[in-house]
Amino acid sequence: MTAVTADNVDAAGSSDTQAGRTRRGARLGEWFALYGTSIFAALVLSAILVEVTGGDWQPVVSALLDGGVRRPGRWGETLATAAPLLIVAVGTVISSKAGLVNIGQEGQLYVGAAIGAYFGFLIGGPGPINVVLILIIGAAGGGLWAGVAAGLRYWRGVPEVLSTLLLVTVGGQAVAYALRWEWLLLAPEGRRGNRNQVSEQLATDNRLPRPDLFGNEFPLTVFISVVLAVIVAFALSRTVWGFRLRMLGRNPRAAQRSGVSETRYGAMALMLSGAFAGLAGAAMLTGGGFAFGNYQIVPGFASNIGWTGLLVALVAYEKPLAAIPVAVVFAGLRTGSNFVSSTGVESRITDVISGLLVLALLIPAAVMFLRDRRRARAAATERV
Amino acid sequence: MTDLLGAVYEIFSSESTYLNGALFAAFLGFAATGEWVAERSGTLNISVEGMLLGGAFAAAMGYHLSGSVAVGLLTAVLGGVLIAGVQAEMSHRLAADQFVVGLTLNILVLGLAGFLENEIAPETTLAGRWEIPVLSNVPLLGQALFGQRWPFYILYLLMPLSWWLVYRTRWGLELRSVGENPQSADVSGIDVNKRRRQSIYYTGLACGLGGAFLIFGHIGRFEDTIVGGRGFIAIAAVIFGGWTLRGTLAGCVIFAGALSFRLSIQGLGYDINSELLQALPFIVTIAGMAIFAHRVRAPAALARPFIRGLR
Repeated sequence: MTAVTADNVDAAGSSDTQAGRTRRGARLGEWFALYGTSIFAALVLSAILVEVTGGDWQPVVSALLDGGVRRPGRWGETLATAAPLLIVAVGTVISSKAGLVNIGQEGQLYVGAAIGAYFGFLIGGPGPINVVLILIIGAAGGGLWAGVAAGLRYWRGVPEVLSTLLLVTVGGQAVAYALRWEWLLLAPEGRRGNRNQVSEQLATDNRLPRPDLFGNEFPLTVFISVVLAVIVAFALSRTVWGFRLRMLGRNPRAAQRSGVSETRYGAMALMLSGAFAGLAGAAMLTGGGFAFGNYQIVPGFASNIGWTGLLVALVAYEKPLAAIPVAVVFAGLRTGSNFVSSTGVESRITDVISGLLVLALLIPAAVMFLRDRRRARAAATERV
Repeated sequence: MTDLLGAVYEIFSSESTYLNGALFAAFLGFAATGEWVAERSGTLNISVEGMLLGGAFAAAMGYHLSGSVAVGLLTAVLGGVLIAGVQAEMSHRLAADQFVVGLTLNILVLGLAGFLENEIAPETTLAGRWEIPVLSNVPLLGQALFGQRWPFYILYLLMPLSWWLVYRTRWGLELRSVGENPQSADVSGIDVNKRRRQSIYYTGLACGLGGAFLIFGHIGRFEDTIVGGRGFIAIAAVIFGGWTLRGTLAGCVIFAGALSFRLSIQGLGYDINSELLQALPFIVTIAGMAIFAHRVRAPAALARPFIRGLR
């Protein structure tokens, strides 16, 4: 995924002259103006949509704020939702840095969580150890599921865009199948109530602790996800491994010439991004909370976290640290959407808002890229 | 086992299998034909899913407001082209990544269609059935190919038209050259990104028609799940077919067969693992790509953005 970033093409006069400095200042202003306008346009469009269909936009906004942050306990919920989003997004950054388009996080997350749960119940060791085991095995499961796509990509030449995507449905059905058999995931008779496709609940000592801060409780995954984002940001920008990965993404031929195996690094990147998705799934399983059910696997467990996490990564332009605030915003929209239906407006308006927001956030970088090019060309012709 | 074989025989000898198969294949065919044109110009649009859903919704809205299927068909084309426009202008005028735009569009259109469907609940209908004389009486295949509702027959026009456009016109030659070697095409005076935009608009048109066919020729009412990932299967059909129209059509027929088989065998009361059957079209698609992706040559510049002097 070759995202166009501001620093791809430096503006014409980068020398540290007075003119250069004012130009850079003007450039910064342009960035703000462009981002401001496009975000504003996206929000206005959403508001118009609500008004046209007979709703009122102000109550929707206040419901979103209520559900996202204002009501007691809600921002804890928002952070708890942001954690898996961030983990998925950070994983996505790894694969897109290597020039791969992994869009199957939803499936990798679900499969990872299911495999984590299966082994968690199978081993059933003492509490804290088992939690860590579930997280690790979940990550391995997600990595394996992405590994299928990686194998198809490098062995058979199947584009990973399509294989990861198609594997989402296959993975969903595989887990649904596992949820129908007691020897796989289905909870034993008597412990599944009147539901027919549900796994056992994790025992209380097999869950992640949920610390309480100012009346807002959220699972430890919040801290884990931030630490992971920092580690990945460091690894990508400051290590040889990260450099090779980026080289592979920017120019595969140059990477090949300098001894970076496309198969090895590409497959590794794809599987790592799957592993992060799987880890996010295991974190949702062991972290629990209102957002993600009751420490058990049910059909629809993934509940679009994979897709939304992918969007977070796209909006953050391959920067793991930038993904942190973006994940919180998208999580806020998600937790806020629970409150929207009380205003009489269909709560899926939040899907529309987030879609429009992503499109709006794509435009400024693309516009600036073209402008910089035009300016550079103008400067070049002037010099001649 | 013989029981199952008997069931399979029964499926293959019943007209309804072919009727369903033709409906599925036609829907895939609309989308795949459009996507084939776009891929020959070197673009890969995963927003086909969104274009289909947008087309279907626009068709439903068009009928809801006007009460005429023809108007619905027109609005469907407009809807498909509108979404294609966002994809084309953002990825091939601005330099945004085409997969990012496509994926976002899919999510946006799904949200939008779901939202508007709940707010408006458009009323739709099925178009009239046209029996082509003589041909529709052919056993097994007659009803499937020549006894459908009339939007079905648009495909019989669209496919030859697309073939003619791509292989027999100057525009098509330029389109293919842009897909194979954009640098050379650029030097010889072809506006690469313009051709690519046009090809995406054509995909939007085809997908709009496909969405309208789904509403008026097949299902008869709008739900936000009616496309259900089949846009992606259409893309896979293009790859499966090795970027030829013949092969693409064959891919559509095979994948549609997998979809139709699932319906038929459940209809006969055989419960062979519904999860596997649900996943079957997708597994067949992946397997098909794994077998054929190596043997065929893709357009050399497929999915590579063109920016003069850079890539």
